[in-house]
Amino acid sequence: MTTTWAQRRKDRIDDLAGGRSLTSEALRRLRRDPVALTGGVIIGLFVLVAAFAPLLAPHGPAETFPQLQQDLRPGNIPGPTAGFPLGSDQLGRDFLSRMILASQQTLLVGVLATLIGLAVGIVIGTVAGAFGGWVDTLLMRITDVLLAIPSLLLAISVAALAASPSQTTVIIAVAIVGVPIFARLLRGSMLAQRNSDHVVAATALGVKRPAVVLRHMLPNAIGPVIVQATLTLATAILDAAALSFLGLGDADPGRAEWGLMLAQAQTYLDVRPALAFLPAFAIIAVALGFTLLGESLREALDPKGRR
Amino acid sequence: MTGSKGAPLLQVRDLRVAFRRRGEPETVAVDGVSFDVAAGQVVGLVGESGCGKSVTSMAIMRLLPQRGVHITGSVKLDGEELLTLSDARMRERRGRDLSMVFQDPLSSLNPVIPIGLQITEVLRRHRGMDKEKAREAAVELLDRVGIPDPRRRITAYPHQLSGGMRQRVMIAIALACAPRLLIADEPTTALDVTIQAQILELLKEMVAETGAALIMITHDLGVVAGLCETVNVLYAGRIVERAQRHRLFGTPRHPYTHGLLRSIPRLDAPAGEALEAIPGSVVDNVPWTHACAFAPRCHRSVERCLEVTPAGETTGGRLLRCHNPVPASAE
Repeated sequence: MTTTWAQRRKDRIDDLAGGRSLTSEALRRLRRDPVALTGGVIIGLFVLVAAFAPLLAPHGPAETFPQLQQDLRPGNIPGPTAGFPLGSDQLGRDFLSRMILASQQTLLVGVLATLIGLAVGIVIGTVAGAFGGWVDTLLMRITDVLLAIPSLLLAISVAALAASPSQTTVIIAVAIVGVPIFARLLRGSMLAQRNSDHVVAATALGVKRPAVVLRHMLPNAIGPVIVQATLTLATAILDAAALSFLGLGDADPGRAEWGLMLAQAQTYLDVRPALAFLPAFAIIAVALGFTLLGESLREALDPKGRR
Repeated sequence: MTGSKGAPLLQVRDLRVAFRRRGEPETVAVDGVSFDVAAGQVVGLVGESGCGKSVTSMAIMRLLPQRGVHITGSVKLDGEELLTLSDARMRERRGRDLSMVFQDPLSSLNPVIPIGLQITEVLRRHRGMDKEKAREAAVELLDRVGIPDPRRRITAYPHQLSGGMRQRVMIAIALACAPRLLIADEPTTALDVTIQAQILELLKEMVAETGAALIMITHDLGVVAGLCETVNVLYAGRIVERAQRHRLFGTPRHPYTHGLLRSIPRLDAPAGEALEAIPGSVVDNVPWTHACAFAPRCHRSVERCLEVTPAGETTGGRLLRCHNPVPASAE
């Protein structure tokens, strides 16, 4: 998610200093870490499925099939049959196709919302942490207000402001939930950096203020935020699912979405538990993958780490 | 002043630094400190923890936070007042005209940037070098401060170097732009004893080579003895004694200086002789306002010491702030 930042930094360091950069060092450590590998494999699979979803899914997300619908009765939803490996959903659509296609929505909404929240949060956190004073106070009181509202309630409020629910409103709503978390976290570690010896040393060498903030403070302060981003991705996916469940999500029936599928399958839990179980499992697996990756990323990014 | 010719490079006059907190009486960390540093001269600022050594250096560099800190007096570098300089002009001068080496080289280096980049950053900032030139200059600098295989080391991160190496890198960075004045704030305190000597030797060589003046801040009189021409002894934010190194060590007049020297183990002392210590600690201070701050810990204190603030008197190149100094013939 932070590839642009990481890449730019890596390039900078590479062409100025040459040799193995911190980024490549971190990648090397990640490759040796079984936890990171597990997380990476889960996320890798998920991204692959999402990327090739239209090719992998045998049918469309909204397509209904008479041969499934004819067996559709209260108390019976057709299970796996020829041509439909996971059977039907409650409306006679191919469940497998919907599961596969939903990964796209999850990835898109989760990643976009997190990235937007991250970007805004980094700007706010950097400004607040680097400048302090009334700017800091003002920004932090605003984030305090946002943090005081339970995250889902906040997302609902934001999503409800929109004239009509859409994917965009979901992304924006979930992004806004993430902003105060990133901003506060970064501001805290920026403050710690502000009085650190190497920042004072850089200042003592006449390094300009923006360079001190961006080169000496931010890279040292951003570690926890990156980790938080991977963890927030997991919550973002869950929040987006919750919004869909509450009818504030994507109204387009042509799109499948795990959260909405899970919510709707609740009614049929006794008839076909798989309808709820599989989307739930998918959400948990992806959230777990990002969490594992985030954890090991934290360790790998620590420049003082062993090995 | 003390034996140097021409106008001093750095002129500190009546420097006073007070920390103010709402609802609390202000804390005066540096209280009317005045001293000069001539070009190329090595001057020591000595004293125990909390005497105001570091605050003095931070005030000269203008590195103290602006809020809650009240600085008065005058700090002139080459006749230019630093305390009233705009932030931007001060940033121009930091690293180029005056520079600093800190106590802990590990925490003073940016942990996420290779050391080479930290040197080139300063070179490019102040000397306007392009990447290639700056890199060559950085290699040369690392070589000069005695880092083996500098071309390879330039990509190393601070944590990959030993403590002594890190301090060498810090010195290289501080001297990268050939500043006129270098302030070394306890540069050897965080290092092994064996490394300390090497780093001091390096500092000595480097300032001799570049012609920079050096302010050596330390609590270690051994460091001062080997390096400084003039020594300022600080106590509770004021200079209590200043003299040429040999005179200060030979005939310490202030009871505090005397006590400091007596508390160093000597090889020529009779076996079994107990080491003398100065009783109490800096927290036992009384304010300078109506007394001598050192009086409660002083074995020579007389009644007057707790009633009248001793004035700094200069006689024969020696500044002394004491009502009842150790007689010149005592040792």
